[in-house]
Amino acid sequence: MKFTVERDVLAEAVTWTARTLPTRPPAPVLAGVRMEADASGILNLASFDYETSARSEVPAEVAEPGTVLVSGRLLAEISRALPNKPVDVTLEGSKVVLTCGTSRFTLLTMPVDEYPTLPSMPDLSGTVPGEVLAAAIAQVTVAASRDDTLPLLTGVRVEIDGEKITLLATDRYRLALRELTWTPTSPGFSSVALIRARTLNDVARSLGASGGPVNIGLSTGAGMDLVGFEAGGRRTTSQLVDGDYPPVRRLFADSSPIHAVVASAPLIDAVKRVSLVAERNTSIRLSFTEGQVVLDAGAGDDAQASEALEAVLKGEDISLAFNPQFLLDGLGALNTDFVRLSFSHPKKPVEFTGQDSLDGEDDSSYRYLVVPIRFA
Amino acid sequence: MSRGPRAVGAHRDWGDDESGCAVLHIDMDAFFASCELARRPELRGRPVIVGGRDRGVVLAATYEARAFGVRSAMPMTRARVLCPQAVVVPPDHHLYHDVSRSVMELLGQVTPIVEQISVDEAFLDVSGARRRLGAPTAIGAALRERIRAEHGVTASVGIAKNKFVAKLASTHAKPDGMMLVPVAATIDFLHTLPVGALWGVGERTEEALARWGITTVEQLAGTDLLSLQSAVGSVTGAHLHDLAWGRDPRPVVPGREERSIGAETTFATDQHDARVVERRVLELADRVAARMRQQGVVARTVAVKVRTSDFRTLSRSRTLSAPTDVAREVFLVARELVAGVDLRGLPVRLVGVRGENLQRREGSVGQLTLEEASDPRGESQREAELALDAVRERFGRAAIGLGAPTR
Repeated sequence: MKFTVERDVLAEAVTWTARTLPTRPPAPVLAGVRMEADASGILNLASFDYETSARSEVPAEVAEPGTVLVSGRLLAEISRALPNKPVDVTLEGSKVVLTCGTSRFTLLTMPVDEYPTLPSMPDLSGTVPGEVLAAAIAQVTVAASRDDTLPLLTGVRVEIDGEKITLLATDRYRLALRELTWTPTSPGFSSVALIRARTLNDVARSLGASGGPVNIGLSTGAGMDLVGFEAGGRRTTSQLVDGDYPPVRRLFADSSPIHAVVASAPLIDAVKRVSLVAERNTSIRLSFTEGQVVLDAGAGDDAQASEALEAVLKGEDISLAFNPQFLLDGLGALNTDFVRLSFSHPKKPVEFTGQDSLDGEDDSSYRYLVVPIRFA
Repeated sequence: MSRGPRAVGAHRDWGDDESGCAVLHIDMDAFFASCELARRPELRGRPVIVGGRDRGVVLAATYEARAFGVRSAMPMTRARVLCPQAVVVPPDHHLYHDVSRSVMELLGQVTPIVEQISVDEAFLDVSGARRRLGAPTAIGAALRERIRAEHGVTASVGIAKNKFVAKLASTHAKPDGMMLVPVAATIDFLHTLPVGALWGVGERTEEALARWGITTVEQLAGTDLLSLQSAVGSVTGAHLHDLAWGRDPRPVVPGREERSIGAETTFATDQHDARVVERRVLELADRVAARMRQQGVVARTVAVKVRTSDFRTLSRSRTLSAPTDVAREVFLVARELVAGVDLRGLPVRLVGVRGENLQRREGSVGQLTLEEASDPRGESQREAELALDAVRERFGRAAIGLGAPTR
């Protein structure tokens, strides 16, 4: 095997492919990145940890086709540190020699034939613009659990019904729902899957950022439940999370007698300021009255802070308290000029939706539900 | 009970100049055992061990039992071999907590600056109480007298310029004594001690220091900081150097809440069956959560301890997204933590569950889950557990238990 590749191209592809490599691999070969130089001028890189696979294709001048397996971590570190010159990669016996300018590295290889077969990419189910997917993923994963105690909740529930995709995530304290449209391969496509929030975030970062379309393939029920994403020469597959997602949609209230609208950016800034005195795990209070909302935190002998902002209130005055982080997560995820908070009762979950103007209608394509902290 | 090494030379009168000595360390002597003796005076003068009847560990031992080599945290089986004539008393935590609470209240009458560090130990900063109550030694003597008169148990008191020296002083005053270490005598006092007496010096550090020929605090003080840091690491090195010269900047921080609430049990026979261990974890979570509710605190962190048959002890902990006093929440995390422990194929000897990072329930908590908040019945799980508390209040702890939640 012998090929030449641009340093930037190699570094980017290796970094992406090696990013999911396990720190403590279940088998030594799984710490490797497989490099496959194809006579047609393509270098294929692959990694796999039995759960997630990653493959990327980059152009290379292939003098001699072949396949090797080398330490992914080392290859990634080396390729990032190389000078910006073409990189020559040659297999010499059982070692891979990598030269770039005057730098020369010799890497040990691992037995390629012991490397597991990567799952093939599921058949194409549909396509969605990268930036739309990335934005939607960011909005729902804020509410996903990071706690492995409840593995189910570390996933994002994906419901596909024709052109409509609904993403749902909850950590039991808040719930985010995002609806988006995509282009399914067949108009009647319908499926339900639970995908790790970690996987989706990674897809958003590495595939959504490119701006081009992202192809999604979903295969369920055929023994191996798998989702695959593909964009710009990169493909990743991931096993779906197994289990029955709790029926969370019913948690959204059918109607809410009270709602308030506040400008998002000033509210976010005010929450950040006021919560400076809210010690770890204490709450920030929001009191809505006609025309304004007063934020305050701290009590008794502790430091205190308060701030008032303009707000439109429809319905009775209401006062409630939040975990400041949960509040900021929701406000930050909305990404609209104004936020609407819909209430039914100071102890019941509050729904956040976005809107473009103070007196406009809210956009229900993104809904963030959070439980207020009860005054004890 | 105090297990720190003591030096014979340190147990003497170090002078009577009390200026600058405002920190008192109050340490109850063989606390659990003393509580038992107070209600069963006929046991006085006999070796008494508080601990489980079968395979648990020694929780406390009277000085008569200690004379036979019995120490706290020692397996009961070993304690019985060392001192077969000892009277073994099962622990009565309710009694100890009651006595502890009233002793701590007593301390609170001297000054609000009381830092309770365990059920039987506290620091007091009496700088503000001197004009009202007199010299620190007078305060210490009065406290000792009142504790004895009101509860029939003895306490030892150490008085010094800071917490670290005050604690060493009470250790050397034991049992039933008081020691003042004047500011001017602090260094001399410290330099009579072996390094193992210093706070934070365990077996490993002691070995590391011994390799450098350092076995006494005096030698430690005479070692330059850089060499010390290369021997035991930069943080520990700097810390030990400070201690060797009597420096301890930590103030007495008022707080009477326990830092953690835990429960643990030793299995009657080493346990291979993960389901049995899990069942025990549920019982422990239930006990720990009930105590948290009783004391009005919630835990932000859940920790577990697992000891395998080879006496290897493994600890794991996890911080929760919202603090809790609900057994089910504690259990779910504890179960996960225990399942994550590598037992190396060995059976489990002991398992423990602990709520840490405690805080008052009011003010800080009340983060319900969506499910609880949306449930018309309100905080269902917590209320169910409060109902358990009420049943147990009337019919005893064994009257009712928690069922295991499904995954």
